[in-house]
Amino acid sequence: MLKEPKGPRPRKVIAPGRIMLYTALAFAALYYALPLYVMLVTSLKGMPEIRMGNIFAPPMEVTFAPWIKAWDSACTGLYCEGLKVGFWNSVKITVPSVIASIAIASINGYALVNWRFKGSEVFFGILIFGSFIPYQVMLYPLVIITREMGIFGSLWAVIFIHTIFGMPLLTLIFRNYFAALPQELFKAARVDGSGFWGIYWKVLLPMSTPIFVVAVILQVTGIWNDFLFGIVFAGVKNFPMTVQLNNIVNTTMGVKEYNVNMAATILTASVPLVIYFLSGRYFVRGIAAGAVKG
Amino acid sequence: MNSIEIRDLALRFGQTTVLNNLDLDIGEGEFLVLLGSSGCGKSTLLNCIAGLLDISEGQIFINNKNVTWEEPKDRGIGMVFQSYALYPQMTVYGNLAFGLKNAGIPKEEIEKRIAKAADMLQIEPFLQRKPAALSGGQRQRVAIGRALVRDVDVFLFDEPLSNLDAKLRTELRVEIKQLHQRLGNTMIYVTHDQIEAMTLADRIAIMKGGKIQQLDTPANIYNRPQNKYVAGFIGSPSMNFIKGTVSEGKPPVFRSGEVEIPLSGYEFASQPIGETPVWFGIRPEHVVHGDAAADAPFKTTVKVDVFEPMGSDTQVWSKIADQTFRFRIDGRVQIANGDVIEVGFDPHCASLFNLESELRL
Repeated sequence: MLKEPKGPRPRKVIAPGRIMLYTALAFAALYYALPLYVMLVTSLKGMPEIRMGNIFAPPMEVTFAPWIKAWDSACTGLYCEGLKVGFWNSVKITVPSVIASIAIASINGYALVNWRFKGSEVFFGILIFGSFIPYQVMLYPLVIITREMGIFGSLWAVIFIHTIFGMPLLTLIFRNYFAALPQELFKAARVDGSGFWGIYWKVLLPMSTPIFVVAVILQVTGIWNDFLFGIVFAGVKNFPMTVQLNNIVNTTMGVKEYNVNMAATILTASVPLVIYFLSGRYFVRGIAAGAVKG
Repeated sequence: MNSIEIRDLALRFGQTTVLNNLDLDIGEGEFLVLLGSSGCGKSTLLNCIAGLLDISEGQIFINNKNVTWEEPKDRGIGMVFQSYALYPQMTVYGNLAFGLKNAGIPKEEIEKRIAKAADMLQIEPFLQRKPAALSGGQRQRVAIGRALVRDVDVFLFDEPLSNLDAKLRTELRVEIKQLHQRLGNTMIYVTHDQIEAMTLADRIAIMKGGKIQQLDTPANIYNRPQNKYVAGFIGSPSMNFIKGTVSEGKPPVFRSGEVEIPLSGYEFASQPIGETPVWFGIRPEHVVHGDAAADAPFKTTVKVDVFEPMGSDTQVWSKIADQTFRFRIDGRVQIANGDVIEVGFDPHCASLFNLESELRL
């Protein structure tokens, strides 16, 4: 007997579409997770075990020596003090650059939306145009500029460069976020007697956590992963972690210590990873908040 | 004494002129409604008065003080916005206190004023809530409260009820009217809703293309519209317009095709001389039918083309002199398409407009 359709439409428990979907997802996950797995197990093996090949096998004898060496005593060019020097250099570069670039860009975006001045659109256009110019083109002029400023070869040079290069994209995302907020809110605050800074601190900032999280993630990962500006502007003593990692991995002297290389790579990548894990939820929310009004 | 005076105001964005040569006097304690369709410049004018837009020319006085270059906070105004514009991260109390704190008013005074406003608007139970936890009507009350605590002489409302549903709109409309009666402040109220305008206003300024078309009491705007735009804009369903000519005589006579309407009782601004092409306007609600039509100074018969029952009454579409003619009849009267109905009206209630200038005759 044919059943009359009534009530909720019955759903198949295992539809062919689902099987396809999950298979594809499983492969994608495997594809991305496998290299990480190989790195992790290799970093926990001793060199004799690595020489046996068999890179997928879990370590027979777990050792943390490669991690300690990578952190504390691996040779990075002339010095053999491990990655910790680079780690702290990277922290010293990343923290001030992130704070400075976000502070300036958020104020830029706020001013561009709410305090239009003559030529503000042109100013914004130039800023956006800046994001299309390859960094390499500006490298030599920037070397001269920082030299003339007397900061070339110091951490300040790298911080300065990162803050400048963060401007186009950050200003764009802050401008778009602030533009999506109701203009009447800004007008109400003006009637209530708030000035430029009052509105920024008391009205806009409390509403803008998601976009600030997005900006922090973008900047931390971008600046932490930077190699080019670090190697050009920082000077030998101040190389960031990425440059030191490269020096460890690409060393041409002696035996290639794969376990130390793997440990060093994971250590370097861990900072952006942690940032993602802690704030991924906000990241999605912030991106969505920019796209949809309200 | 005037509360607000606007002298020769102009506002331009680049090449576009939004407002031009605008003069407006608003008396103390007056409730003025700026009415117009979207893009007519009514909100722009309000923003100029508030100081949220820099004007291109002219002067604005509030309480005899030239505020043309003053910041919004120094103009002695409170403003209520369509989207409420409450600060989402502050409690209702914080929202009300924000402007007062900025002005450096002592804490006891802030508490006193908020308590008074909260009592007046019945928002005490939500003082510690965030705006997100309030309904639309409650939010708009808080927004009104924010203007109220500022203790100013002039209130500006920018379409405050447009985001609310029909029922709440009616309720809050009455509350705003009561508030005005209690406070006696000058209020300027922008809306595109003619019912709000008619019910609230002491005077209505109807705007179009950045110009004030007519500034008058609701009754005069309704009964003696100064031009065809105002006549068509006010009233729902809108006024019937019949194209024709008016010729000199005692009384003067309106002619369109075979229809002749003697204009006895119509108050001409100046008696017509010769023959003038005109629009003859009569409101659907001024057309009578049945027994009443027999007594009307002018009567004719029309054929029902379409009818729209609305419950209390039925709107009938027909034709006079081959031009659309709408009128309302009692909802209980049974009619059918093609019926011939006797209708009539008093030319005293009609409006005549010059065909070219569209100004009232």
